[in-house]
Amino acid sequence: MALISDGRFVEDAWRRLADEEALPKAGKVIVSFPRLEHALEVLGPMSSLGVIVPNTTEPSALVEALPRLGLVSISFPGFADGRGFSLARLLRRAGFKGELRASGRLVADQYSHVVGSGFDTIEIPDDLAERQDEEQWRAALNAYSMSYQRGYTGRGSILEARRRAARS
Amino acid sequence: MASFKHPQILIASNLSDGEVVFLGASGWERDHRRARVALNAEEAAALEVFGKRDISANRVVDVYLADVEIGGDGAPTPVHYRERMRVKGPSVRLDLGKQAAAGRGAP
Amino acid sequence: MTALDLRVAQRPNSPMTTYRYDAYDAAFVRERVAEFREQVRRRLSGALTEEEFRPFRLMNGLYLQLHAYMLRVAIPYGTLTARQMRRLADIADKWDKGYGHFTTRQNLQYNWPKLVDTPDILEALADVEMHAIQTSGNCIRNVTADHFAGVAPDEIEDPRPTAEFLRQWSSLHPEFSFLPRKFKIAVTGAEHDRAAIMVHDIGLRIVSNAVGAIGYQVVVGGGLGRSPFIGKVVGEFVPRADLLAFLEAIMRVYNRFGRRDNKYKARIKILVHETGIDEIRAAVEAEFASMDRSIFCHDPEEFERIAGFFAPPPYESLARDSQMLHAAKLETPAFANFVDVNVSAHKTPGYAIVTVSLKPIGGVPGDATSDQMRVLADASERFGFGELRVSHEQNIILPHVKQDDLFALWRMLDAAGLATANAGLVSDIIACPGMDYCSLATARSIPIAQAISKRFSDMSRQRRIGKLGIKISGCINACGHHHVGAIGILGLEKKGQESYQITLGGDPTFSASIGEILGPGVTVEQAPDVIEHLVDFYLAEREEGEAFIDTWRRLGHARFKDVLRREGEDGADI
Repeated sequence: MALISDGRFVEDAWRRLADEEALPKAGKVIVSFPRLEHALEVLGPMSSLGVIVPNTTEPSALVEALPRLGLVSISFPGFADGRGFSLARLLRRAGFKGELRASGRLVADQYSHVVGSGFDTIEIPDDLAERQDEEQWRAALNAYSMSYQRGYTGRGSILEARRRAARS
Repeated sequence: MASFKHPQILIASNLSDGEVVFLGASGWERDHRRARVALNAEEAAALEVFGKRDISANRVVDVYLADVEIGGDGAPTPVHYRERMRVKGPSVRLDLGKQAAAGRGAP
Repeated sequence: MTALDLRVAQRPNSPMTTYRYDAYDAAFVRERVAEFREQVRRRLSGALTEEEFRPFRLMNGLYLQLHAYMLRVAIPYGTLTARQMRRLADIADKWDKGYGHFTTRQNLQYNWPKLVDTPDILEALADVEMHAIQTSGNCIRNVTADHFAGVAPDEIEDPRPTAEFLRQWSSLHPEFSFLPRKFKIAVTGAEHDRAAIMVHDIGLRIVSNAVGAIGYQVVVGGGLGRSPFIGKVVGEFVPRADLLAFLEAIMRVYNRFGRRDNKYKARIKILVHETGIDEIRAAVEAEFASMDRSIFCHDPEEFERIAGFFAPPPYESLARDSQMLHAAKLETPAFANFVDVNVSAHKTPGYAIVTVSLKPIGGVPGDATSDQMRVLADASERFGFGELRVSHEQNIILPHVKQDDLFALWRMLDAAGLATANAGLVSDIIACPGMDYCSLATARSIPIAQAISKRFSDMSRQRRIGKLGIKISGCINACGHHHVGAIGILGLEKKGQESYQITLGGDPTFSASIGEILGPGVTVEQAPDVIEHLVDFYLAEREEGEAFIDTWRRLGHARFKDVLRREGEDGADI
């Protein structure tokens, strides 16, 4: 797997824990959603726990755990399945401040959507990273100087800019 | 393997310009009369192998086998009206598409 | 970006009657072109596979069709300037084969572009403030509007500022660009629906409430295709300030819960149908209530800025009726027929709305040559403040013509083969490209349209028949809107042959209804006979001033079915 952050391929500080692996005492680990409740009990309050959830997860099922999580990874079963974008929005709205990660076969051309919906990082399989190198991801991140929407992260909003210009 | 009822040719679209092409003896042809005809399932599978290779090589897209009938002149004609349209051009604009070039005597 | 000039210089002789890009819009569209140029390059290099490239090319209007690529250019809310129309003509000549096809969703399609040329075509469009953004793909499509917007006498408010507002909001939306399926929005501000809002994913009807405030009736879940549905009201009165937030709520509910397991069940109409409108309404209202609406809270200044572009052109102060027009009609009967059929009332005294039919007898519905496009551009500059419209009936509208000028305009159109006086008549047929071009088609549509049009080539007979909408689709996706044709025709494949299913009783307006199937399919050759029998039956049975759909509703479907059964017994094998 390759991890992309801010237009760069970076080392992953997190480790995805297989369900049969024991919970470690230290280190940043990502557990599966079914294992989350147990992990929270065992590990107690700590910011080095992450969870990977399906894109169909009800935000209400995560809300209580959010303040105790350092990372939420949302899986994208296919790059054209956009449910993860809405889930990311809703988790941010619920106040999640940790790392939000999009995991799956996302392509570079979706970078502005990923960032705009509130994600920080993208995790893609190696074969994809080979075809779509860092340069392509960086170019995609910088493809647009502004966006039309308001309230989405990433680029500046054209609406806000016009409002400022009209009121100045 | 599916039952083999008709001879088949391999039809595709050229990636860079979108024109309909047919797998011929030594590469892609723009005239279906130059298409290589598979007479049995094994030959058809061989055409598909070639097609998959050229999908991977980013030369063609939308590659599939089409049933044909062999005319008296030995040239294949698609069985289905959809592919008959593809080897000619729009039926409402005889001045356009492959049929137009054929009318001018071009290959 | 700094020091942006938000005002756009007005061109002399071409008053601003439609939206003009500011520097932000211009930069955005240029960036889109640059991005697509890179995407094409990466596709050719293999960095993008076809599967990965497809959604991105579709979101730029580029399809791969039966003979070639096809590029679908957006004509937002159907409004074009003369300059833009000329550019469309130039592109047709330079990169295509000298013509274009106007569609049922206010787009223009080129049938022969090369992939490698597409970035240059998009660049040429950007020069005149046009694009192909989101004319396809599983995203919010080109927002359409009443083609008589701003000039119709029955209008509460011009729907185009709303449509432009939504065009911007939906452009490259971070969250809603990978929806379960395509999403179409239409807006009308009139008492009569000319935008078919009841059969869109979202239909917006501008209404005013008891205290005179402007808001929107929001209809959701309409659509044609495999399972046609009439939309249902999800918001009875959404104040303008809440519109974006309300739409965002609908989109979020759809993006999360719309089906993704089956392409044919993925449209919002299926979600609404399977879930029930009450539950959908509750979900939308709950989402709406939990949003931080200050984010979406509508900017009155921004709306006013956009609306300012759609100010009426500088009309002259004229008498309601033109003596010149009256005299010319008496003098030239062909012109009188044109006026009676193709000219509609304008809200400004002394002016008229002219429909230029792209349905010559035996022609390809919606096609225009580059020369015709230039004639239309010239005509709009000479007689109509340089503005044109595209209707979902695939015709061109000149929305502001002085009645005194109608005769001169008619002569100009006539010389270019553009004066067919059949707007709304039986030969004004809507037809998708069908299997002559489209890779999804199951049968051809254009030849059927041509054959029916020729059968009714006697114009006086057409006028006697009156308004009658025939709509033809070449597959179940229903781009030709056959479900809502008074007579609908659907091309299918039956045992390796083209077969056409006829429906009766469709209606695309506020009184929307889906047509009912008449009987077994017919062949290309039989279709004109069948249509003729149905029309003759209607003529024999209709009451004074009764439209086809009303006769059908009064007599019932069975009586029309009987017509075909009788004809079948007479020997025709149908």
